Amino acid sequence: MSDAIIRTHRDEWARMVASLTKRFGDLDIAEEAAAEAFATAVERWPTDGVPPNPGAWITMTANRKAIDRIRRENKRDDKYREALLVMDVDTPAPLGAIDDDRLRLLFTCCHPALSMEARIALTLRMVGGLTMPEIARAFLVPEPTMGQRITRAKGKITAARIPYRMPSADDLPARVSGVLGVLFLVFNEGYLASGSDTDPLRPGLTAEAIRLTRLLRGLLPDDGEVAGMLALMLLIDARRPARVALSGELVPLASQDRLLWDAALIAEGHALVRARLRSGEAPGRYQVLAAINAVHTSSPSALDTDWSQIVALYDQLVRLDPSPVVALNRAIAIGELDGADVALALVDGLASLDGYHPYHATRAELLRRASRDSESRDAYDRAIELAGNTAESAYLRRRRDELG
Amino acid sequence: MQVKGGSEWAARNRQELIHMQYLISVIDDGQADSAGSEISGTAEEGAAIDVFNEKLQKQGSWVFAGGLGYPNNATTVDNRGESTVITDGPYVESKEFMAGFWIIEAPDLDVALALATEGSKACNRKIEVRPFLEV
Repeated sequence: MSDAIIRTHRDEWARMVASLTKRFGDLDIAEEAAAEAFATAVERWPTDGVPPNPGAWITMTANRKAIDRIRRENKRDDKYREALLVMDVDTPAPLGAIDDDRLRLLFTCCHPALSMEARIALTLRMVGGLTMPEIARAFLVPEPTMGQRITRAKGKITAARIPYRMPSADDLPARVSGVLGVLFLVFNEGYLASGSDTDPLRPGLTAEAIRLTRLLRGLLPDDGEVAGMLALMLLIDARRPARVALSGELVPLASQDRLLWDAALIAEGHALVRARLRSGEAPGRYQVLAAINAVHTSSPSALDTDWSQIVALYDQLVRLDPSPVVALNRAIAIGELDGADVALALVDGLASLDGYHPYHATRAELLRRASRDSESRDAYDRAIELAGNTAESAYLRRRRDELG
Repeated sequence: MQVKGGSEWAARNRQELIHMQYLISVIDDGQADSAGSEISGTAEEGAAIDVFNEKLQKQGSWVFAGGLGYPNNATTVDNRGESTVITDGPYVESKEFMAGFWIIEAPDLDVALALATEGSKACNRKIEVRPFLEV
């Protein structure tokens, strides 16, 4: 019984919020009606039985809930809402149009005029179907704060009239990239959770990010960056089982037990990367990142890693994204190829990353390899001070203490 | 009564026929200081603004626009109490200030942001887009 509800929720939520938003022109009404329809299902299905077409039942119920609410609020002089009340309630919309609606919903939730925090919260709520308490817990924010964040975002969407439609062709690449950025933040929060007293991994968030990226890929099957993002997430998530030791300490890539990696996810990720290479189109940054992870995951051991190929890919990435974070990762790869001293010279030029813990962790490891122990210890101290992930802090502390 | 396709019609009606108005504020973040004058725009900026204004008027987005004098010359009036309080200066002191504005009409924020993007290039200033309340 509850399985049917959970399955319907997973399969139908985004579609439903999307079609209700299109029909009633209001995200708030759509969200509330969808939630009420599922609450009704939880109440009724155990006694009445699961309807033959659960999706259609939920959609019809949600439409009625929305109309009920509009009737209740219809004191205002709003011709638009009156017009809705004379329509055929139960005619389902054609399928293709509904798929577009989910895409519209994603673009609205990830609109650049909203704060990044609001985009993440709205996407998880409206497209992912997570409840407010779930989202609040995932981001370690008190529930009322998360509720306010979502309410404020919905308010801005209405007041500033953030549109519910596909971006223009000119804007599309930038807007798709914006959606991918939101999904990747959700993924990263699951993969390297912040917070000094929480689980280091939150597989619920990585799974949700992957599910939403799969949805986006289904809607934009020809977009190379969407494919690249999905491959990237799969190839990173495949390593999750090897990533935290029983002691609770982070295990760096080089020391991971590769037999623990998820072979099915790796195969799927590699297939996506190969398809992108075959396309012959110039790759964007997520495709290059996916290719880098494909090199790592196709190497049977850390020692066999093809670092020259990884450096070449980072060279390509630096041209697409000349940020110091990318330069830092490139320096790490060069360190594997040309030694710690060469890498240190590059890293020392990236002092703008002073507030970014991987900068100090990288310096610490390189200084250690260059036998500059006391400088290395200072860098570990700084990295530990800044790191927010419990498993990573534990790892860094042990490495520092090994220096004596 | 059943009107098929009514929702499509209603949504289009609302989104496309009833335009919103947006205030596009031009923000001075140091230009007047550098120019030593409240008239800080260059001749090129002025020419680019003329071109942009003409476009707004031609496509029906134009409502109103204007440049504003230095906030030092503002006077604040508060007549909520028993007597009117008149104060020299703007209601809020800040380094950045509104140096001018456009009021435009647009069907939604994406269109308004696209126009603001052009406007920012034309006047060579940072810009804020703010919706008017819908009546």
